[in-house]
Amino acid sequence: MRQQAAITAKVFIQRDYSSGTMCQFQTKFPSELENRIDKQQFEETVRALNNMYAEAEKLGSQSYIEGCLACLTAYTVFLCMETHYEKVLKKIAKYIQEQNDKIYAPRGLLLTDPIERGLRVVEITIFEDRSLTR
Amino acid sequence: MHLGVSESMRECEYSQISTRSSTPMETPYKKRTPKKRKWEIFPGRNKFYCDGRVMMAKQTGVFYLTLILILVTCGLFFTFDCPFLAQQLTPVIPVSFLFDLYVSLLYFLQDVANGGTGYRPPPRTKEVVINGQTVKLKYCFTCKIFRPPRASHCSLCDNCVERFDHHCPWVGNCVGRRNYRFFYMFILSLSFLTIFIFAFVITHIILRSHQNGFLSALKDSPLVVCFFSVWSIVGLSGFHTYLISSNQTTNEDIKGSWSSKRGKDNYNPYSYGNIFTNCCACDQDQCIQSTKFVLQAAATPLLQHQSSEPVILTTSPENGGTLPGRASLALTGPCTSLPLGQPTPPTSTSSLSCHEAADKLPESVFQHHFLTPEEVPSPPGMLHCGSPMGHSHTTQAGFYDPASQDSLHEDSVRGLVKLSSV
Repeated sequence: MRQQAAITAKVFIQRDYSSGTMCQFQTKFPSELENRIDKQQFEETVRALNNMYAEAEKLGSQSYIEGCLACLTAYTVFLCMETHYEKVLKKIAKYIQEQNDKIYAPRGLLLTDPIERGLRVVEITIFEDRSLTR
Repeated sequence: MHLGVSESMRECEYSQISTRSSTPMETPYKKRTPKKRKWEIFPGRNKFYCDGRVMMAKQTGVFYLTLILILVTCGLFFTFDCPFLAQQLTPVIPVSFLFDLYVSLLYFLQDVANGGTGYRPPPRTKEVVINGQTVKLKYCFTCKIFRPPRASHCSLCDNCVERFDHHCPWVGNCVGRRNYRFFYMFILSLSFLTIFIFAFVITHIILRSHQNGFLSALKDSPLVVCFFSVWSIVGLSGFHTYLISSNQTTNEDIKGSWSSKRGKDNYNPYSYGNIFTNCCACDQDQCIQSTKFVLQAAATPLLQHQSSEPVILTTSPENGGTLPGRASLALTGPCTSLPLGQPTPPTSTSSLSCHEAADKLPESVFQHHFLTPEEVPSPPGMLHCGSPMGHSHTTQAGFYDPASQDSLHEDSVRGLVKLSSV
């Protein structure tokens, strides 16, 4: 029978409010992950997430057009069309899954999509490192 | 050091971790209990309709009253004034009136449907610097989270609301981040509607008085209602337009949070300084898409995390205090990352977590996706408890979802309000 991985701890990467209420997460490397993952790798992941959230919230021509169209149709247009924000959120979900598959799961870590936590934290679950007990 | 271990060996160790957190759990046991939505678990004082798509406050009667008031007024106008005006002036009048009414109702319903609420975000205060201004984040004891900036707790809805504007008694719901744009469009279209009705009722009266000089009492009704509502609604629209241009919420304006009277250096950190940018930046699209997601998510007892937080904790009883029970667990590193951020005293929590893990796990297995990690203490609690954990593992052979391991803290259950998750 396969043994299941057990959760050892959870680390929460908080929101970074220094530049306003935009969705940004702190890139400070938590000490609990020191022996699990490379600091550079971690920071790169968080920075990529921050960039994607910034892109989602960006006020470009597309968001203006969407906004005007929405206003004119009393928001019924969103029954047929996805907003730019939603598209980027999907992209973020895909990115997190890919990061988990390639980088985090092999190290016994699991990133949780911040949207599942209300965009308040990035939750990193640390699993028991069986190789240590061997 | 395990860093020296080869990748293949490491992968073997962790192959059980499922990285697909959003898909339903695949268990060899095909038994599926119907998924419980998060809002079913944490309703707060809200009422949910349409499978979680519509969220309203407790007093739904007020919503129906407002709806009836709008419809009756418009109905009276349509019945008595429109035929006359269509003949005398132009048929465009009733057409544009109907269109305006339709649009207003749409916004009204969307305003209600979206609900204002966010989530229930733990105690005391935390200071954060936003754009150079220090903002105090309070801990909400009811919702058991630290409120993010601009969030506030609504006692009527009994939960914290993100970017809390106000609790609208007419709509019977809170106005917050998700439905502010609908609310604003609603009052704007309603003010056009009332001005329209008011103007044409007066025109009707004037034209009639040229003809007969006599006006039935019934025709006065729309006039009377319109007269009062025009001033209040137009006034409210104007006020909200001002709030949007300065990027403030009603709550902030009333409290004078960013008023220069409070202090010389007091300014609104959220404002972009430019009226146009403020207007455009308001609310973003999170409002729209949020009905698909659960915005709350609680939990995360963020307190513990002293090492990862650059913020200054003003008073934090949890500071440096891991639960005495936990200290005995053999955890890797200085595991202070375990969220212990509940307001309940440590001793009770540690006993609770273990106890709850035993109770909740069997049920929580199939609810994994919808349980929030309010109780992050659960993992170590579960490790400590041994057998419940073993039991849960056997039922999930082949698949492991960390979210299922989170147990619910009794106190925080009432905290969270959510819409249905995907």
